[in-house]
Amino acid sequence: MKGFAAIIRRELKLAMRQGSDAAIALIFFVVVVALFPLGVGPEPGVLERISGGVVWIGALLAAMLSLDRLFQADHEDGGLDLLVMAPWPLEVLVLAKCLAHWLVTGLPIMLISPLLGLLLHMNTEAYFTLLAAMALGTPVLSLIGAVGAALVLGARRAGVLVSLLVLPLTVPVLIFGVSAVEAAAIGQGAGPHLMLLGALLLAAIPLCPWAAAAALRQAVT
Amino acid sequence: MHWFANPARFMRIAEKLLPWVAGAALLSIAIGLYQGLLASPADYQQGETVRIMYVHVPSAWMAMFCYMTLAVASASFLIWKHPLADVAAQAAAPIGAGFTAMALITGALWGQPMWGTWWVWDARLTSVLILFFLYLGYIALVNAFDEPERGARAGAILALVGVVNVPIIKFSVDWWNTLHQPASLTRLDAPAIDPAMLSPLLLMALGFQLYFVVVLIIRMRAILTARRIRALHMVEPGE
Amino acid sequence: MDQAGSSIFRGDAVSCVRGARRVFAGLDFALRAGDALVLIGPNGSGKSSLLRLMAGLSAPASGTILWGGVDIAADRQGHGARAHYVGHATGVKPALSAAEDLGFWSAFRLHGNPRAESRALEDFGLTDRAGFPVRFLSSGQKRRLALARLLAAPAPLWLLDEPTVGLDREGQAALESAIAAHRESGGIVVLASHVDVALGGSADELNLADYRAALVDSAGDIWSEFGA
Repeated sequence: MKGFAAIIRRELKLAMRQGSDAAIALIFFVVVVALFPLGVGPEPGVLERISGGVVWIGALLAAMLSLDRLFQADHEDGGLDLLVMAPWPLEVLVLAKCLAHWLVTGLPIMLISPLLGLLLHMNTEAYFTLLAAMALGTPVLSLIGAVGAALVLGARRAGVLVSLLVLPLTVPVLIFGVSAVEAAAIGQGAGPHLMLLGALLLAAIPLCPWAAAAALRQAVT
Repeated sequence: MHWFANPARFMRIAEKLLPWVAGAALLSIAIGLYQGLLASPADYQQGETVRIMYVHVPSAWMAMFCYMTLAVASASFLIWKHPLADVAAQAAAPIGAGFTAMALITGALWGQPMWGTWWVWDARLTSVLILFFLYLGYIALVNAFDEPERGARAGAILALVGVVNVPIIKFSVDWWNTLHQPASLTRLDAPAIDPAMLSPLLLMALGFQLYFVVVLIIRMRAILTARRIRALHMVEPGE
Repeated sequence: MDQAGSSIFRGDAVSCVRGARRVFAGLDFALRAGDALVLIGPNGSGKSSLLRLMAGLSAPASGTILWGGVDIAADRQGHGARAHYVGHATGVKPALSAAEDLGFWSAFRLHGNPRAESRALEDFGLTDRAGFPVRFLSSGQKRRLALARLLAAPAPLWLLDEPTVGLDREGQAALESAIAAHRESGGIVVLASHVDVALGGSADELNLADYRAALVDSAGDIWSEFGA
């Protein structure tokens, strides 16, 4: 679809030329994960036990960081008015924005996560499952995040507020994601956990753009 | 529903009802507390500490009920554009947050004699904690805008998103709980519902409901008054 | 204003509420192909609000706005396709080049015609700036870039809110000739401007102050409605 592709192209161009946004989220991910051994001590046993949770929490927090740029810039420079007047469904536009956001933040987070698992002595048997779980979970984070980002347009302290709103809603992703990794680490099948993540993704794809589009329309009223 | 829509009419009716509902709430809670704390039997396993259930369980029920009210009012506001719906939603939220906090605190107080710790991550308490965060998020969002109307509209969407998420969150927390704890314990519940225990429980639940209505009406009046004051500020001199 | 029967773009008893106050009420307009409407009125009388209502960005508190007899709220996407809204903010991205930015909006509106885009840039005198990142353009040049969208992706309804802000004489001349050509081909222009803009023919005027006078709540009304 021409408009969908135009949005993705523009968002990727902007992300590449204003590179720091995506890089900051990634660096934040690494820093947060690195803080845990400093906080709880470097014992391999302890770190391995918490590795799944720590990597996922780091990913969650890093994803939150980049959220308020999803619609904020358009809201500030007046482009949001024009986006809302799209001659094609606003929900599809939100989906395009989420996809671009995931390509710029979620995908790098997913790719770097096994490396961070290494830092925490994560059982190598779990790496593939970690990638699979992240591949399913990080898009859900972008989608739920889009709803939050659209709701806080024009609010005071929008950056912190969006995290407060979105983090509780991402608890299911956290729980299923971590349980998938831990199941793989002890040699049990991660199938059911991954399927639950997949179900969340399938539910989020139609529902989140719908809610975010409603929020965007309210933001321009 | 539209009969209530006129703010002036709502205020008049609410004013008349208020003392009666308040009296009924007081009576219900008083009798419920008397029965619960004094007249009903202690549990043979948990002893006297089971009595905190008479506050904890109705609080948890009210926490959920208030969120449902919030969601229904938000839907009414967004879909049917009922004029008092957003007022009701904003009025209900802090009451719900208060009940949630009370459920959490009484849950902790109940857990202490049973397991020796002030907090335990059982499935229900954890879900209630997340519900508390959802309330706080709603209140923060509604108050984060300079224009109250924008806050009301954004909050309404958030409430509906939250209500869809609540069953998903509850399911995932239950899942998490069964993964991490053996099935042995962790139900902060009365072990068996003896009829003598049922009566104070229901009376407390009723009393809390009526209390909710009383505070809701008071808060709605306050919000409507604040709006009117704002409208008066906007009237230009000479008009 | 003409007979309702022959008008394409019409508003019936439109009222607007901004925050807690009514900005205007009972406002009517009816425009045919080739018409131009100039909105006048003091600050705060609702010119920008009316343009946003016409764009479908907000909904009127009461009344309807119709295109071809159909409520624009019933067909948002269709109305978005047929209306260009140029507001105070330009919506241009500093990190893109002028040509890229224009190309994006053109593709976004499902046109994507590079020849039309370069002609639009030429008409607004931006050809030698086409490859520059937008952050190196002056504010007048950014305004021209926003206006170039009108030509790069054609649409019958133009809603312009103070389009001359920051424009020099050439820029304004380019806008005026674009408006004239647009009207000639049957397009409609609604304009709010403090500056006189030649509109290539006669234009109707709508004074928003006329729709304001009797409609604000007086203090007494507010208290009696409250029933205190």
